[in-house]
Amino acid sequence: MIEGLLIGLETAFSLQNLLMVIGGCLIGTFIGMLPGLGPMSIIAIMIPVAITLGDPAAALILLAGVYYGAIFGGSTSSILLNAPGVAGTVATSFDGYPMARAGMAGKALTIAAISSFAGGTVGAILLMVFAPALSSVALLFHSAEYFALMVVGLSAIAAFAGTGQVAKALLMTILGLIMATVGEGALFNMPRFTMGLMDLQSGFSFITLAMAIFALPEALFLVMNPARSAQGDSGKIENLRISKKEARAIAPVIGRQSIQGFFIGVLPGAGATIASFLGYAVERNLASEEERKEFGHGSIKGLSAPETANNAACTGSFVPLLTLGIPGSGTTAILLGALIALNVNPGPRLMVDEPQIFWAVIISMYIGNLILLILNLPLIPYIAKILAIPRNYLIPFILFFTMMGSYIGQNNATELLILVGFGICATVLRFADYPLAPLLIGFILGRMLEDNFSRSMQLYDGVAFVLERPMTLGLLVLAGLLVIVPSYRARRAKARAAGVADGD
Amino acid sequence: MALDRWISWIILCIALAYGYAAFFTMDQLLPPFMQRNPIWPSTFPKVLSVLAVVTSLIILLGLEKPSGEEKTPDIDYRRLGDYNIGQALMLLGMMVVYALTLRPLGFFISTIGFITISAIILGERKLYVLIPVSAVATFVIWYLVEQVLGIFLRPLPIFF
Repeated sequence: MIEGLLIGLETAFSLQNLLMVIGGCLIGTFIGMLPGLGPMSIIAIMIPVAITLGDPAAALILLAGVYYGAIFGGSTSSILLNAPGVAGTVATSFDGYPMARAGMAGKALTIAAISSFAGGTVGAILLMVFAPALSSVALLFHSAEYFALMVVGLSAIAAFAGTGQVAKALLMTILGLIMATVGEGALFNMPRFTMGLMDLQSGFSFITLAMAIFALPEALFLVMNPARSAQGDSGKIENLRISKKEARAIAPVIGRQSIQGFFIGVLPGAGATIASFLGYAVERNLASEEERKEFGHGSIKGLSAPETANNAACTGSFVPLLTLGIPGSGTTAILLGALIALNVNPGPRLMVDEPQIFWAVIISMYIGNLILLILNLPLIPYIAKILAIPRNYLIPFILFFTMMGSYIGQNNATELLILVGFGICATVLRFADYPLAPLLIGFILGRMLEDNFSRSMQLYDGVAFVLERPMTLGLLVLAGLLVIVPSYRARRAKARAAGVADGD
Repeated sequence: MALDRWISWIILCIALAYGYAAFFTMDQLLPPFMQRNPIWPSTFPKVLSVLAVVTSLIILLGLEKPSGEEKTPDIDYRRLGDYNIGQALMLLGMMVVYALTLRPLGFFISTIGFITISAIILGERKLYVLIPVSAVATFVIWYLVEQVLGIFLRPLPIFF
């Protein structure tokens, strides 16, 4: 392993490759800030550039830089504008945006940058150590386990339900699942619930829904209540500092989530989205009573958990790609295409045949993370200045970017009308205090959930798989516990408040 | 009846319509060989519709005890008139207009128009700043999306 590391260091630290990493990070960060252009599309756009480089190691290093930059850029727009452009950064906006509104935009971005850095770095180290061994574990996960894993992901909704809100959060999740069934599923090849409209044939698009649920109501609220946009001194630099106490609070979160996120990322298909939702839910359950009240209102733990998990999972998703040649996510699938175009065949032989590529990728991930941190920390005050733009200019541009986000993806103007329609519905739901995050989680996980459930039903000709596969059963039990334990604790707290003895 | 229960009533209606479609209309279209599958395209929607009906009934009938503490909401919908609701509605109207004009009028005209008129609705009066800003921003974004990223956006009206 040490030998491999040296080969990787030698390759990655050439002047050309360092420039590649820096350029990739910058391009990724700036394009990633536009909602609607996630890592997947940016990497797809950069592939022609990477291929013309000719050198596979340099190309991969460039793409890894773009990948990390795009993820960080995506969290920027969800923190500052509540407009998550990628599914993986939805959980970031839950606490990042309230922080930005409270005048701590600079601090929120710093925490995001540091958490991303830590998650990515720990992920890269774990990748180095575990890659060969993990490839066999990832193969143990079948569709039944994926189904169970999605259920665990859905149990994250318990994290959003305050007291007396459980039914609402549940209803929103189910509504999200219902919306995910619209369109043509991969497994059945028949259009469902499209009402004969061609525009619904491929279902609702994620980006439209995300913009309509988060960004649009927020912009409308800013219009309706000008006092909300009084951001205070959010652009100032002194807010950047993280106090020692805060650092101590997020350190264990980062530690836990980088490991958990990495292992979730290793499983093909699970990826950064589930890792970030699960990270958020787990940290909320672990937090103490008064800390939990802050979740959703600008908790630094709630911000750093999904950011760390998200980045660690992205690194983790390279394990199946590099060791098995199986792309675990859309992004790694595009990277696989780039690798094949560069005449590199990822798979078990990669480490033996072309060790310099394998190790150069790992080292470049580490460098990419480091450079991203170095480049972005000084930039944060300027990025945070976005919020200091006068309201009369900021709001039209937010609306414009939400529309561009959903238009670019589909090149279909009907998408914009769907956006406005859902935006109005989401605003009314917010009036009535319905939590909207579960709706989006249900929508994102719904299709994967149904596909994996149907696949295991077909394989086992019935629901027997739940009992026959111990890992599935274990995960389902875990999901049940995640839902039941918090509500049990809440009930006990209520009973205690009412003066009923605990019995201990 | 409070707004949240009205909403749950609407969702209940949607869920009933969805359930009707899932239970009574979808299976007729199913080819016979697919009927031997353990899972049908309608299986998942059936489960979902039942769950949705049950949960929306729970909210509608107020079975879940609300928590005692009243939160002060960001916007109180009972006093909508106190807010700038007119501006918000006009901006939504602008978005619809933008959606309808984006194709026929091309990206430049519709985008500059959208940003300028929205800012005027919000109260911006310095047109000598506003129009150049929106024109430059529109061009930069068009250049980025069309030339750098290679995603087609029709720049000019359809008849050019």
